[in-house]
Amino acid sequence: MKRARVAWNGTVTDAVPLDDGRLLLPDGTVAAESDVIWLPPVEPRTIVALGLNYADHAGELSFAAPKEPLLFFKGKNTLIGHRGRTVRPDGVNVMHYECELAVVVGRPARRVKAERAYDYICGYTIANDYAVRDYLENYYRPNFRVKNRDRTTPLGPWIVSHEEVGDPMALRLRTYVNGTVVQEGDTGDMIFSIPHLLEYITEFMTLAPGDLILTGTPKGAVNVQPGDEVVTEIERIGRLVNYIE
Amino acid sequence: MNVRLRLAGRRHLFEAKADWRSGTMTLEGRTAPIDEWEWEAPDVGALYGVALNDRWEWEGMAEAMTAPPYEQPPKGPVLYMKPANTINAHRRPVVLPPGVQRLRAAPAIGLVIGRTAARVRREQALDFVFGYTIINDLSIPHEQRYRPAIKEQARDGFTPVGPWIVPKEETVPLSSLMARVYVNGQLVQCADLRRFRHPPEQWLAEVTEFMTLYPGDVLFFSWPADAPLVAAGDVVRIEMDGIGVLENRIIAEEGGGGA
Repeated sequence: MKRARVAWNGTVTDAVPLDDGRLLLPDGTVAAESDVIWLPPVEPRTIVALGLNYADHAGELSFAAPKEPLLFFKGKNTLIGHRGRTVRPDGVNVMHYECELAVVVGRPARRVKAERAYDYICGYTIANDYAVRDYLENYYRPNFRVKNRDRTTPLGPWIVSHEEVGDPMALRLRTYVNGTVVQEGDTGDMIFSIPHLLEYITEFMTLAPGDLILTGTPKGAVNVQPGDEVVTEIERIGRLVNYIE
Repeated sequence: MNVRLRLAGRRHLFEAKADWRSGTMTLEGRTAPIDEWEWEAPDVGALYGVALNDRWEWEGMAEAMTAPPYEQPPKGPVLYMKPANTINAHRRPVVLPPGVQRLRAAPAIGLVIGRTAARVRREQALDFVFGYTIINDLSIPHEQRYRPAIKEQARDGFTPVGPWIVPKEETVPLSSLMARVYVNGQLVQCADLRRFRHPPEQWLAEVTEFMTLYPGDVLFFSWPADAPLVAAGDVVRIEMDGIGVLENRIIAEEGGGGA
């Protein structure tokens, strides 16, 4: 099952995307896509993100694959819905997208064993975790000026339930800039798998329903420019569209 | 002074008259020492810490900053987040993680945002602040600053906040605040805002240049350089004149060895 969150007719509501592109609202109303604004499908309190979780991307950035997951936190100021616009700051040299499978936690999760991890996951969505590399500094890297900028993490378009996705460790990821494929990967190539990550994280901190884990991005980071249309796509989940301004 | 607070087992927010000098509070017609109530952390959103703002800490690290892996001193703000699971309340225990003997208990002043703050100017920064609260910024001691210290900082209960939020109009000017830390009744640390490399107003401007702070979010500033290390059984008490007292006991996990 797919579940979106949209602004419609002056209110915020859950919505189920239909095959014809329209949206079914909880009261039975069917809304045209042109009548809604897509919002991030979940409002997490805690967002845990992964750096360097694909060996090919680590190599591309000249890092050895990490021995332990490289985690950092993000604030809700970063989130923006499907079809939103993200600002490339004036005067920077390198800003790149990062197509990532986002895991949505479904139950309070503390000291969860990897074998039970999927019992604690309600579904998945797509995150595009932009980075502005000009601002990288070697303190708590990746530092907030790189990764925690307003509206630099498109999320959506919707959440797809774990049951509907099946095995989240066998999904193709692709990013398109202006229609051209620029990034391709497979979630099976994560260094630390989703069950392992949930065990690792919840061993030392409790996650709550709605919290997110952004699981890292594969190789293929390319600079984007104002005017670009960036589509991050994950098999069995959907296509998340974002515009650079 | 009138403060905003939450109590254990009560769903709504309270406003109460508090006297930080006598440690008493008047609520629902009753005046009593504040420890007669059971506390919940005040209503706060995201907690962002500004690292390396303590001049003593900065000086202690200055030499390392020009060597690998840092290469040069930071130009922008060095921020970290204490996520929601870390929030803890006045007089609630802090549990030592399995295998950990000591925690660093750094006192911090928290600025609670009152209205959405994006690209604020330094001169107007405090207009966006509702008030102040005390934070005990606990972490497992660590030296490395190259990567986010998530495992050291983000443990459940590692951020006592409170006991309340004092609206800024109700108390002394921000620049005159100071913190005293007691461990088991012994004074172990005294620090004031003169030790900060930059005043909070400047950080509010620098931080909101690229990230919006929402009402309830907290930007906090700690004094870690001479903060005490504490162990199971220790009681940490942070006093800030003009705000109040935040006290927590460190305890070992039941069962000791963890799951």
